[in-house]
Amino acid sequence: MTSPHTTPAGAGSVAVDHPLLEVEDLFVEFHTRDGVASAINGVSFTLEERETLAILGESGSGKSVTAQAIMGILDMPPAKIPRGQIRYRGNDLLTMADKSRRAIRGPEISMIFQDALSSLNPVFPVGWQIAEMFRKHRGMNRRDSLDEAVRLMERVQIPAAKERVRSYPHQFSGGMRQRIMIAMAIALNPRVLIADEPTTALDVTVQAQIMALLQEIQDEEGMGLILITHDLGVVADVADRIAVMYAGRIVESSDVLPLYAKPAHPYTKGLIESIPQLEDKGKELFAIKGLPPSLLRMPPACKFHPRCTRAVEVCRTDDPELREVEPGRFSRCHFAEEVLGE
Amino acid sequence: MTDTADAALVPHASDEVNDARPVSAEAWRSLRANPLFWISATLILVFVLMAAWPSLFTTLDPRTSVLAEARRGPSSEHWFGQDRQGYDLYTRCIYGARASILVGLTATIGTSVVGVTLGLIAGYMGGWVDAVISRFAEIFFGIPLLLGAIIILQSVSFGNSYFAIVGQVAAVLIVLGWPSIFRLMRSAVIQVKPQEYVQAARALGCSPLRIARSHILPNALGPVIVVSTINLGVFISAEAALSFLGIGLRPPTVSWGVMISDGAGAMQSAPHGLLFPSLFLSLAVLAFIMLGDAIRDAFDPKSK
Amino acid sequence: MGKYTLRRLLQMIPVVIGSTFLIYAMVFSLPGDPTAGKCGERPCSPQYVAQFKEKYNLNDPLPVQYVKYMGNVLQGDLGESQYGVPVRDELADRFTTTLKLGVVALAFEAIIGIGAGVLSGLRRGGFIDNLVLVSTLVVISIPIFVIGTVLQLYLGVKWGIFPVTVGSDAPWFDLLLPGMVLGSTSLAYLARLMRSDLSDTMRTDYIRTAHAKGLPQGRVVGVHALRNSLIPVITFLGYDFGALLGGAIITEGIFNIHGIGGYVYRGIGDRDGMVVVGTVTVLVLVYLLANLIVDLVYGLIDPRISHD
Repeated sequence: MTSPHTTPAGAGSVAVDHPLLEVEDLFVEFHTRDGVASAINGVSFTLEERETLAILGESGSGKSVTAQAIMGILDMPPAKIPRGQIRYRGNDLLTMADKSRRAIRGPEISMIFQDALSSLNPVFPVGWQIAEMFRKHRGMNRRDSLDEAVRLMERVQIPAAKERVRSYPHQFSGGMRQRIMIAMAIALNPRVLIADEPTTALDVTVQAQIMALLQEIQDEEGMGLILITHDLGVVADVADRIAVMYAGRIVESSDVLPLYAKPAHPYTKGLIESIPQLEDKGKELFAIKGLPPSLLRMPPACKFHPRCTRAVEVCRTDDPELREVEPGRFSRCHFAEEVLGE
Repeated sequence: MTDTADAALVPHASDEVNDARPVSAEAWRSLRANPLFWISATLILVFVLMAAWPSLFTTLDPRTSVLAEARRGPSSEHWFGQDRQGYDLYTRCIYGARASILVGLTATIGTSVVGVTLGLIAGYMGGWVDAVISRFAEIFFGIPLLLGAIIILQSVSFGNSYFAIVGQVAAVLIVLGWPSIFRLMRSAVIQVKPQEYVQAARALGCSPLRIARSHILPNALGPVIVVSTINLGVFISAEAALSFLGIGLRPPTVSWGVMISDGAGAMQSAPHGLLFPSLFLSLAVLAFIMLGDAIRDAFDPKSK
Repeated sequence: MGKYTLRRLLQMIPVVIGSTFLIYAMVFSLPGDPTAGKCGERPCSPQYVAQFKEKYNLNDPLPVQYVKYMGNVLQGDLGESQYGVPVRDELADRFTTTLKLGVVALAFEAIIGIGAGVLSGLRRGGFIDNLVLVSTLVVISIPIFVIGTVLQLYLGVKWGIFPVTVGSDAPWFDLLLPGMVLGSTSLAYLARLMRSDLSDTMRTDYIRTAHAKGLPQGRVVGVHALRNSLIPVITFLGYDFGALLGGAIITEGIFNIHGIGGYVYRGIGDRDGMVVVGTVTVLVLVYLLANLIVDLVYGLIDPRISHD
């Protein structure tokens, strides 16, 4: 792969007209025995270099499916992408030939998964798994690629990297394993890094270390970062912008700080209010009532209305559009302004 | 700062689990939807009827031989033809079901009872009890089925009545077959034992026997049922192999194994003598294996 | 690793003693006169009977007999058959033949079984998958002696593709058809094992990672998935090898192979206790040894298992 974008110096100098990554009107459905489940229903967003976009949502909201669609690692079938485009520097990944797509997956766009233990192959040494990126994409020989692996392991602050390069995944702690995942993902200097719940499986103290490491790497390499999480706390410190997903759609997107200060969608508001606060000690914890809808049986119109405290007739009949309620703030609610004004 | 949003999200779980039906009902639903289950269940029902009331299927006597008509091929009178003694093959195939099903059922029940009981004791008690029983099982596990059966059948005899001969073959299969069920049961118990509901029952002061009966047994039994069902087919096949070697069932007992052994000797002049009993035997074996597969698929969420 | 091997060897001792004693007791406690039929039509002379009983320690209590016998076995003496031939010599000769048969069967089952399992596991529900599922079920449900006699009749007698029986020095080519027959049932089980394990492996997170690394499908399957799926398959093959040797009796009978199976079968017919006990003891030892080796190798091919 001899793309001009493989070095940080080359990045940004080419294709200035195109954003780094654009997702436009993306639909993903799963064909199951019980029917067609629409996991993603028209998601659009863009990501620029050096930017961190957080995609927030609960399980089943479609945030991980979005990431896998971008990576091109959805199992098709049962998954199907009936509509939409995913453009990397202006080129649509979905219509691309298999081979060119593979050359982007890894070297240009790469991904970190939630559970590092199950995401690393248990029967190969970690160094081998990192080195494989260099051998397969860069044509390096065994020894040079292993040297690179050691360098990367040092880079993600794994102690005694030289000795541990031959160890197997199960011989590392959870935090160290996630560092190895990161090393593997950044091996070829990708321009887009997708982190799917990178800290969910880790202890609190280790979570902070991993997030700090990710930020440090992003600062140095200048890649665009998509951070997928259900954890509002993680997002606040790291992200530039947030897209909140519900039932396969973005219900609110905004810069981080305004969203925290004043959410523009009842769902986001509910999420923020359900964070326990010290000053609320003794009060009952707030929780959003009800369950997220089944992907097989979506409610009509606004997908959130069955759980929404302010739902009225129009919410059951008219599907709200994602509209700009303030400059840079988008909400998919008929009453966005009122929510915002509270 | 972690798990903040979880406070709102987690109690409601995910939308993947909409049906809160119990596992057994779900498994039964998936079992009913599997055509293989119905095919194998029907076949088994037919074979069991055959074993219990052979006269439902034929009016002839399996021991009436017409030597003059030996080795005749299938005809409207003798659907499957006649063997080299002039017996009607169809009738003998029907009557042969009894020995095979009896051996298979007895051996399966025997191995399951012994294997499950010992597996439960070894897995639950652990320590030296487990070590002793496990070594004991390995002794029998170390003897290859066919060789062990040959030695036992040559040295032990229950007598010459029908049930004695059948019982003897079944006993051999039990003696050599129980360790596989034992191993399965033992490891299932060891897996289930540390789980929370068992620990909870312990903390509540339930007696070991009660815990084993009402908590461990039902949860560890699934794999045993699957393997036992499949083993039933394997035992039927093993009976035929022993009869083929001349040390299992023997004439005048009518069994598929005996018929196959007999038919193989005259394969070139009367191939139907080998074909039809083999067909019955294979269908019976197939039915139990398919039933076991279907049950496994129904209980295994991965296969959906 | 050394510690684990030692522990396993120690654990094996009671098992070996138990199973060999069981076999010994079963054969030598056979009811009836052990010298019956050994002197032609007439009953044997009292001197012969006494000599016979003395030679085989039959006057001692059973456990003493057994200990004396095992003492000889440990020194490499398996006794003599009733024809005066040392059991060890004939066994060594025949064991080579059975071993060759076992190797042919294992190779056949490994190559075809793994191949079929991979093809069907990669495309579950596809045409090849259904073909493999149905044909393996058919093979499993037809008894091996039916497969053997039918294949012998058609491929050997009628079409003359393979020799009908195996020559006395058991050339490899002659063993091809018997090996295929012997390995057929295990082949079917192996193909199914490979299929289900590979399709489970293909759904794991680390295969998703391999795809995310931008590796071509061939490498994802051939390196990342197969390396994992082969662990249970190799284990199966190892255990099966011991079982194949012990189960070769029927195949050897059909194809008239001068291997261990025929030897032990004839020994039982002749009530030749030394032959039976000697052969089965050796087979059980080989079987247990094969299982031990598999357990040890398992630690080498699966880095997650540590034998320390």
